[in-house]
Amino acid sequence: MKELQDLARKLLDEGTVKVVIGYEEGARGVRPAFITDAKQAGKLIFDKRCVQNLAAYLNPRRKQVAQLGTPAVVVKGCDARAVAGLIREKQIERDKVVIIAVRCGGVLENSETDSELTSETVSVRCGGCDVREPKLHDYLLGELPPAPPVNNRRVEQIAALEKLSTAERWNFWTEQLSRCIRCHACREACPMCFCVQCTAEKTQPQWIDPSATPRANRAWQTMRVLHQAGRCVDCLECERACPEHIPLGLLARYVADSVERRFDYKACEDPAVAAPMGAYKTDDDEEFIR
Amino acid sequence: MSDEVEHGSDGAWSPKVVAFVCNWCTYTGADLAGTSRLQMAPNVRVIRLTCSSRVNPLFIIKAFERGADGVVVSGCHTGDCHYSTGNYYARRRFAILHDLLEFMGVETNRVTFSWVSASEGNKWQEVVNETTARIKELGPFRTLQGQKGVEL
Repeated sequence: MKELQDLARKLLDEGTVKVVIGYEEGARGVRPAFITDAKQAGKLIFDKRCVQNLAAYLNPRRKQVAQLGTPAVVVKGCDARAVAGLIREKQIERDKVVIIAVRCGGVLENSETDSELTSETVSVRCGGCDVREPKLHDYLLGELPPAPPVNNRRVEQIAALEKLSTAERWNFWTEQLSRCIRCHACREACPMCFCVQCTAEKTQPQWIDPSATPRANRAWQTMRVLHQAGRCVDCLECERACPEHIPLGLLARYVADSVERRFDYKACEDPAVAAPMGAYKTDDDEEFIR
Repeated sequence: MSDEVEHGSDGAWSPKVVAFVCNWCTYTGADLAGTSRLQMAPNVRVIRLTCSSRVNPLFIIKAFERGADGVVVSGCHTGDCHYSTGNYYARRRFAILHDLLEFMGVETNRVTFSWVSASEGNKWQEVVNETTARIKELGPFRTLQGQKGVEL
């Protein structure tokens, strides 16, 4: 992708940015690249395998990346929402990051393969995505691609779970969460998890038992998902990062749906829109309150 | 709280209910219910907080982890918050918690959210009695506690 490489070269040569965070060819498919030398800009690529959400590297918790200096970041539509979220929550400043948006027509679920985009191979995150051109950008690159193949896997799974009885749902989650090894990869991959000290690591008082027991796992995931309410950008990196393949995206998407239904808020690319959990309306739904 | 199932005077299981109430309305309301000598189920343990928005959803999770069978969260009616807007924020948080608990398989009847004002001693009595009755029907919430021993 010459356009992207030329732009990266120009930005690095001018000294506008010190590092370009993008994608490069790796041993197992595409991997994130941190280009600090204009001579290396030729390594940058963008195609349907570029599934990672690079906004996670703008997170101020990533000190090694922050040390490199002013970043430019390659974003898809879903990643642009994460950048907007970080700006909204005052984690980064809009004028201290260069956003290189790429037009995206969906990415593969498994970035190690290079198969055609079909409704089976396309990432679940692309189901229902209507952002071809990220609005939040300094540069916009690429051809306008067709919409990704339709895939309703997530919606169908949530609908199937909602049909179950409460006890059956309990058993489903107990079984799924019993596999959790508490590696916290879901948190590390998440662009919106930027707390210096996570509640899961607090010991005075200890809110979340650090051991990988089904009980503690349930408390951990409940807490994580609640902290993401109204902040989750639906990039599903938590689910992709999970080494135990726990369908964390189901929880994320369910809470996002619940926020949308109740508070009419959807993760968006406008940093000026207030986050729903830090706001209220006097006539919010209270059918569940006695 | 002990891990043992608590038994009533007749030896039958009796639920443990933890109530997180705000200082300004519900606590005073509960006090009124007490001084008015209203008959209430003795299962509810009241924890007084400054405001319903002080209730972190983790309090509720922790209560269940430590052996509560049910939780009551109660504060001032909307518009009456001592801090003007605390309960509006709390309402949003509880709404999401309510949905998520249901999705994760916790009976929503185990968690009662209510607004009880300082003058509503009668309403507090109803909330306590109804919640206790509902949880008696559901049975002990052993699932979360019982999972403790299942080490991986």
